[in-house]
Amino acid sequence: MSEREFNLTALPKKEKQRLAEAGIEADFTKREGTFIQEDLEVVHCKVEQEGLELLSTQEALQKHDWLKDYLWQCMSPDKDEYTKAVKEGPFNGYFIRALPGVKNLKPIQAALLIATSGFVQNVHNIIIVEEGAELHIITGCLTTPHISKGVHLGVTEVYIKKGGKLHFTMIHRWGKDVIVRPRTAVKVEEDGQFISNYITLGEVKSVQMFPVVRLKGKRAVAQLQSVLVAPPGSQLDVGGEVICGAPQARAEIISRAMTTGGQIISRGRLVGEVGGVKGHLECKGLILKNGFIHAIPELVAKTDAVELSHEAAVGKIAQEEIEYLMARGLDEEEATSVIVRGFLEADIEGLPAALQKKLDEVIEETSKDLL
Amino acid sequence: MKAVVQSAVPVDFHGVTNLLTYPLFNGNKGVNSCCGVRDMLKIEGLTVEINGKRVLNEINLEIKKGELLVLFGPNGSGKTSLLMTIMGFPRYKVVKGRIIFKDQDITHLPVYERAKMGIGISFQRPPTITGLKTGDLVKLCAHGKKIDMERLAEEINFSHLLDRDVNDGLSGGEIKRSELLQLMAQEPDLILLDEPESGVDLENIALIGETIKKLMGRAPTKPITCRSLKEEKAERKKSGLIITHTGHILRYVPADKGRILYKGKMCVGGNPFEILEQISKYGYQECIRCLNGNSI
Repeated sequence: MSEREFNLTALPKKEKQRLAEAGIEADFTKREGTFIQEDLEVVHCKVEQEGLELLSTQEALQKHDWLKDYLWQCMSPDKDEYTKAVKEGPFNGYFIRALPGVKNLKPIQAALLIATSGFVQNVHNIIIVEEGAELHIITGCLTTPHISKGVHLGVTEVYIKKGGKLHFTMIHRWGKDVIVRPRTAVKVEEDGQFISNYITLGEVKSVQMFPVVRLKGKRAVAQLQSVLVAPPGSQLDVGGEVICGAPQARAEIISRAMTTGGQIISRGRLVGEVGGVKGHLECKGLILKNGFIHAIPELVAKTDAVELSHEAAVGKIAQEEIEYLMARGLDEEEATSVIVRGFLEADIEGLPAALQKKLDEVIEETSKDLL
Repeated sequence: MKAVVQSAVPVDFHGVTNLLTYPLFNGNKGVNSCCGVRDMLKIEGLTVEINGKRVLNEINLEIKKGELLVLFGPNGSGKTSLLMTIMGFPRYKVVKGRIIFKDQDITHLPVYERAKMGIGISFQRPPTITGLKTGDLVKLCAHGKKIDMERLAEEINFSHLLDRDVNDGLSGGEIKRSELLQLMAQEPDLILLDEPESGVDLENIALIGETIKKLMGRAPTKPITCRSLKEEKAERKKSGLIITHTGHILRYVPADKGRILYKGKMCVGGNPFEILEQISKYGYQECIRCLNGNSI
């Protein structure tokens, strides 16, 4: 296994702070493994625990002949112009594999960093969770502090085998003129679980993503949770689809979208292909200052005996709620901050304590900036 | 503003003849005269509008330190509007009159300033706040004071609901208990309670009554034989204003005096139990007569 090492703790404070805001821990001992890619170059790639593989995608393709059988199997390279660009252009990315039965306690972290102004970063990630394995990955996608322009095209293919579990957290921290087009597809086999958290709280020009999860085995579970904050000048078109294609599959899509002047399209699509599946979609939007939110929840039932439901609500903070807290002695700013915090954090479950703390800090900072 | 020392004479009571037969009133005169009790709340000629519509008209009201007043009135009479105006919600526009709290004119102070000065309110229908745990709100209510959250929650049978979002999916009784728990952490000097018994089953009304007594500092802390009622009253520092539509809460909370609000006007005042009896027998007919004949 190739191992490159990079000392994050030696970075200037500002850069370390930015990485931390994208969920990347400078103290690598707190992670099972760390992968850092700057533009297209992998500058750090090291994993500690037996039974886990962490490589750049290019190296993994050279090392494992069989990996070709996984490449572009979850999605077609012809899906759109961005997937084509990743296939045809120079690309890198990470390959993470948990061997059967491996259950690691600490997360693996991966930073995909744009460090050159205007750089087009093509990424192709492959994640394989073998039978009965459990994996937690934190991916921080970001620009270095002085970079405002760039393009991130990220293909991620995820395979979760029988009884496997993947906890996948993606945190974005971009410059204000960055265009982001992640393309993610997931296959989940019998008794497998895919839990995804997507968080973007800062500036960006445009994000457009719509991961598709196929629950192919009995009792497979998918949970997609997203926390979106759109500052002025940003456009977020974010959502996800879960296709319940096997009996007793369960799916939940929860989105909390807040605009402080940017535009948000919040999508969600649940598809019930066979009987005996359950799904719930929840899409809540908060317009804090001027902004735009378009919530598009979709339910598709292809047979009877499916249970699919959705709820969507968009609006501003209720004055009644602010006044209620003010009657307890909080001034208007404090009351607003408490409500925003509650809105963004509600129902986002399953984050490890360390990441929850990080998320709390980021939300607190963001809430302060808003007022 | 200088402190206003009130006379020992209780506020005006209309139409009540046997006031002193009620034990809670015995000794009031003595208590007031020896302690020089000031008004906790004094409302003078208060006229209030909501969106240009008058809801309260020339209201005068006093609540002394340590006193618990119960306000009766039919639906739509302006009881909640009065509480909301005392608390300072901007929707309730004071067009005339003053609100004096602990000798300070608070008529134009924002809600949170009033809360910080020591006014606390229990809402009848508080909003749900998604993502904010009740336990966290209770901590916020304490404003840095050290509180024993577990003990307080246990006292009001709320321990199992501390992790629930504020008012999310709570029953009528649970909402009232949540409101009182917040007040227990806040420890206000003047407690405003908007129909604390509405939607609450009998078992929980007793619990709510006990809690209100504790909030008012009236729950016995040492055996009653150790001190006289006079002494106990002299120790009372908290005041309260309870709105009730049915009067059920009076079975559990010893109110000191009662007033009736009718069509935005304050009318009769006196012994709360007698007022309740009158209302039970004759409805609010007496108020109509009073308003027509003897405006207060």
